[in-house]
Amino acid sequence: MSAPTDSPHDHHDEHDTEHDGVEAIHVTLKGYMTGFGLAAILTFIPFFLVMSGAFAKSGPADALILLLAGIQIVVHMIYFLHMSTKSEGGWNMLAFVFTVVLVVITLSGSIWIMYHLNDNMMPWTMQNARNEP
Amino acid sequence: MMSNHPDLAKLIFGRLTIDQLPLKEPIVVGTFAVVALGAIALLGVITYYRLWGYLWREWFTSIDHKKIGVMYIILGLVMLLRGFSDAVMMRAQQAIAFGHNAGYLPPDHYDQIFTAHGVIMIFFVAMPLVTGVMNFVMPLQIGARDVAFPFLNNFSFWMTVSGAVLVMISLFVGEFARTGWLAYPPLSDIVSSPDAGVDYFIWSLQIAGVGTLLSGVNLLTTIIKMRAPGMTLMRMPIFTWTALCTNILIVAAFPVLTAVLAMLALDRYAGTNFFDTVLGGNAMMYVNLIWIWGHPEVYILILPAFGIFSEVTATFCRKRLFGYASMVYATVVITVLAYLVWLHHFFTMGSGASVNSFFGITTMIISIPTGAKIFNWLFTMYRGRIEFEVPMLWTVGFIVTFAIGGMTGVLLAVPPADFSLHNSLFLVAHFHNVIIGGVLFGLFAGINYWFPKAFGFRLDPFWGKCSFWFWLIGFYFAFMPLYVLGLMGVTRRLNHFDDPSLQIWFEIAAFGAFLILLGIVSMLIQFAVSFMRREKLRDVTGDPWGGRTLEWSTSSPPPKYNFAFTPQIHDADAWWQMKQHHYQRPLQGFTPIHMPKNTGAGIILAGLATVFGFAMIWYMWPLAIISFVALLATGIGHTFNYHRDYYIPADEVARVEASRTELLASHV
Repeated sequence: MSAPTDSPHDHHDEHDTEHDGVEAIHVTLKGYMTGFGLAAILTFIPFFLVMSGAFAKSGPADALILLLAGIQIVVHMIYFLHMSTKSEGGWNMLAFVFTVVLVVITLSGSIWIMYHLNDNMMPWTMQNARNEP
Repeated sequence: MMSNHPDLAKLIFGRLTIDQLPLKEPIVVGTFAVVALGAIALLGVITYYRLWGYLWREWFTSIDHKKIGVMYIILGLVMLLRGFSDAVMMRAQQAIAFGHNAGYLPPDHYDQIFTAHGVIMIFFVAMPLVTGVMNFVMPLQIGARDVAFPFLNNFSFWMTVSGAVLVMISLFVGEFARTGWLAYPPLSDIVSSPDAGVDYFIWSLQIAGVGTLLSGVNLLTTIIKMRAPGMTLMRMPIFTWTALCTNILIVAAFPVLTAVLAMLALDRYAGTNFFDTVLGGNAMMYVNLIWIWGHPEVYILILPAFGIFSEVTATFCRKRLFGYASMVYATVVITVLAYLVWLHHFFTMGSGASVNSFFGITTMIISIPTGAKIFNWLFTMYRGRIEFEVPMLWTVGFIVTFAIGGMTGVLLAVPPADFSLHNSLFLVAHFHNVIIGGVLFGLFAGINYWFPKAFGFRLDPFWGKCSFWFWLIGFYFAFMPLYVLGLMGVTRRLNHFDDPSLQIWFEIAAFGAFLILLGIVSMLIQFAVSFMRREKLRDVTGDPWGGRTLEWSTSSPPPKYNFAFTPQIHDADAWWQMKQHHYQRPLQGFTPIHMPKNTGAGIILAGLATVFGFAMIWYMWPLAIISFVALLATGIGHTFNYHRDYYIPADEVARVEASRTELLASHV
C-alpha cells in the first residue's frame, strides 16, 4: 500500500483480486502516433472546410464536421484513454453505448421537437425582426 | 458609509444596498426574528454543552458514509420544515382570498413563496433525503467499508448545504425568484426579472448541482466496483439496484441542468441570446432542455423509494420478494424510458400531432413497468405473514395513494386531455400525489426502517403511527379538492379568486394542510420520545426486524469499519441465507483495517462556494474573484494532502467485536 489515495482498492484489500479495474494497458509509441495522426487529420479537414468557405452556407459541410467530431471522440477514447470493448470488464463499453443512446435520443428528439414547433408557429418575417426591441 | 464613496461602495457591495433588506414587510421581519432567535438558541446550546469540537471532529469533517448519510437526512428534514411553511402560507392565502378579501400575501410575495416551495421541496428536501438514505444504506448492503471516494462524499454533502444556505439567505437579503420553480424565460430573463431573485435560483442550484453530480459518480462507482465477493448483479438487493439506476440517471441528466442554467446565467450576466428571439435564440429551447433533465429527475426521486418499499415489503411479510428479476428489469426499463417522455411536460407548447402522440404513447408505456412493480409488492404480501410495523404502514399507504396518482398521470399523458388540464390544479394535485404518496412516503418508511441501524434504538411506534395517519388522511384532504378544482378549470399559482363557490374546496385543502402539520409535529415528537425512551427501544441484536439483507448483519449502529471481515455472498437475500445456514460471527483472526481519514477540506470549499455564489448574485465582482481564486487554491491545495488514511489496529477491531459478542450473549 504505497501511495495512499481515495481509491477503493486501498481499504478493500480482500476484494482486490475479485474485480480490480487496473489491468495492464499496452502503452506503445505506435499507438500514440496512430492516434495523433488520426486526430490531426480529423482536425485538419474541418479546419480546411471552414477556411475554404464551405462552412459559410449551411449544408452538407455542417453534417461532415459533426461526423468528424464524433469520430474524433472515438479516436481519443481508443488511442489516448485506452478504452476497448473489454476494458473495465466491459463496463466502459456498456457506459459508452448507453451514452450514445441518450445523446442520440436527446439530440434527435430536440431537433424534431423544435422544428415541429416552427411548423406550428407564425412564420418569422423581417417585419417581426425589425419590431424587436 | 455608502454616501461618502458611492463608487467604492458599489464596487464592494455590487447592487446590494440597505434597501434590499425587507424591513418594510412585517411577515418577513417576523419570520426573521423567529429564525434568528431559534438560531441563537441552537448555537447557545451547542456552545454551552461544548459541542463544537465534537461536531467538527465527528460530523462536519467526517468522511464516514453513515454519518454523511445522516447529515443529508437532517438537512432534508430541516428544509422540509421550511418548504412546508411555504405550503401552509399558500393554503392559508388561497382559503381566504376571495372577492373583496385580498388575503394577507401580496402577489409579489406570493409568487416568491410558490417558487421557493417547489425549488426547496425538490432540490433541498427530496434530493438530500434520497441521497442520504442511499449513502447510509447502500455501502452496508453491498458489504463495503465506505464509498469509492470518501472525501468527495463529504464535499458533495457540503455543496448541497451551500445551495440550501443561499436559498435561505434569499429569504432575508433581497428576494427569491418569482418565476415558478423552473424559471422559464422570457419571464426569468434580465428584462422581466431584473432583481436578484432568479440569480439566487441559478447559483443555489448550480452549487448544489455540483454536489449532486459528484455524489452520483461516487455512489455509481461504489456499486460497480465495491460489492462483496459473490454479489453478482443479480444478487444485489433491490434497493441497491434502484440506487444504481438512480445514480446512472443523475450522472446522465444533471449535466443538462448545469448547461441550461449556465446558458440562462450567460443570458442574464453576459447579454447572450440563447433564450430570447433577438439573434435567433429560442425561449422554447430552455423549456425543452430543462425537461430533458426534469423528467429523469422524477425517476431519480422515485426509484430509490421503490427500492425502500421492496426491502420493507419483503422484510415485514417474512417472504422473499416476489419477482426479483422482473423488479430489476422494470427498474432498468424505467431508467431508459425516463429519457423518452420529456415532451409530456409541454404538450401545449406548439408541437403537432405526431410529436405529441409519440410522447403521449411513450408516457403511457412507462405505467407498464411501474404497474408490474405494484403487482410484485402485492404478490409479496399475498399469503405473507404481514406485520404492520410503521414502515409497512407507509408502504401500504403508498400502494393505494400511488395507484391513484399513477392513474391521473395516465390521464394527463393523453395529449387532448392535457390541453384542458395543463397548468391547472389537477396537475398540481397529480404531482403532489406521486411525490408525496411515492417519494415522501417511501423516505419516511426508510427512515423508520433503518433508524435503529443508524442509532441503535428503534423509533417509537405510537407516534410513528400518529404521524402516518395524519399524513395519509391529511394528504387526501389537501389534494383531492385540488383534483376537483382542476377539473373545474382553476389554474395554478393564483393568489386571489372571484368565484365564491370555489372557496369551500380551498378551505378543505387548508384543513388537509393542517392535518399534515400534525403529521410533521408527530414525527418530531416521535424523534424526541424515542430519544428519551432509547434504553427501552434499544436494539442489541443489530437485526431488529428480522431483516434479509447484509446491513442487518452488523451491529446497530455499525462500527466505523462496517464489517470486520468482508462477507461472502451466496444469495440475493444474503443475510437471510446466512441465518438459515446458522452463520457464526468470526471471533478471532482480526487484521488491521485501512480507513480514510477525516478532512475539513469539504466544508471549507463549500463555504467558499457560498461566498462566491453570494458575490455573483449581488454583482460583487472583487469578492467573486477573490472567493473563486480561494476556491481553486483550496481545491488544489487539498490534492497535496497526503495524510488521508490510517489503520484501525487489529486489537481495537478485536475489542469492538468482543464487546458486541458480550452484548449479544447477554441478550439471548
